[in-house]
Amino acid sequence: MNTLLYISGCVAVVSTLMVITRTNAVHALLYLIVSLLSVALVFFLLGAPFVAALEVIIYAGAIMVLFIFVIMMLNAGAESARQERQWLSPAGWIGPACLCAVLLAELVYILSGSSVKMIDVSMVSPKQVGISLFGPYLIGVELASILLLSGLIGAYYLGRGAGQGKKKGGSGS
Amino acid sequence: MTGVSVEFGLILSGILFALGLTGVLIRRNIIFILMSIEIMLNAAGLAFVVAGARWHQPDGQVMFIFILTMAAAEVSVGLALVLQFFRTFKTLDTDAAGRMRG
Repeated sequence: MNTLLYISGCVAVVSTLMVITRTNAVHALLYLIVSLLSVALVFFLLGAPFVAALEVIIYAGAIMVLFIFVIMMLNAGAESARQERQWLSPAGWIGPACLCAVLLAELVYILSGSSVKMIDVSMVSPKQVGISLFGPYLIGVELASILLLSGLIGAYYLGRGAGQGKKKGGSGS
Repeated sequence: MTGVSVEFGLILSGILFALGLTGVLIRRNIIFILMSIEIMLNAAGLAFVVAGARWHQPDGQVMFIFILTMAAAEVSVGLALVLQFFRTFKTLDTDAAGRMRG
C-alpha cells in the first residue's frame, strides 16, 4: 500500500522532470500524461476514486487532446526542437532552477518539522462528494458553470478571429 | 490498511509545484509554459485531496473538481490565444510579444 504510493509518487516526479526538460513538444506531452496518470494513482490510493477517475478522464483525456490538437495545428517539427535546444542553455536555466530548489527545500523543511500525522486511509465515496457538491458548495457549482460558459465564448471568439486572420492578411491592426 | 503520512502527500505536491514553477521560468516556448501551469494546478489539487483524505471529508475532492473546471476553462482560452499568437508572430517565442502593439 505505502510502497505503491511511494512508487507512483516517484514516477510522477520523474515524469514531470522530463516534461520540463524535453525539447520535442509531443514527447513532453506524453510524459505529462504519464505524470497525470501516476497522480491519479496516488489519488486512488489515498481513498479518492472519484477524483482519480476525473483526473484520467478530464486531465489526461480532454485537456491533453486539446494540447495535441494545437501542437498538430502549429506543425512544430524538427527545427522547432533544435530551437528549443538552443533556448535551453545552462546559463538560462540554472538560476531559476536553483531559486526554485531553495524554495522547495524551505517548504520541505517546514512540512517535515511538524509532528508526523498519519492518514488512516478510508474511501470518501462519490456519493459524499456529490452531496457536498450540491449542498454547501452549490454556489461554487453555479460559478463554475458561468466560468465554463465564459471560457467557451472566449475560446470561440479567439478561434473565430484566428480563422479570419488569413483574409485580413498582415494589416498590422 | 496501514497509515500514510500527510507529509508524503504534501511534499509530493510541493515538489510537483516547484517543478512546474521551474518550467514556467526556464522555458521560452509558450506551449511548454502552458503545460507547466497545468502541472502547478494539478499539484495544488493534490494538496487539496491529501488534506481531504486526512480529515475524511469530501471538501478536498470538491475543491479539486473546481480546480479541474478552472484548468479546463483556462487551457481552452489559453490555447486559442496561442493559435492567435502564432498567427500574429509566426513563432512560439514569448519574447516576441515583449512589446505591446507588436
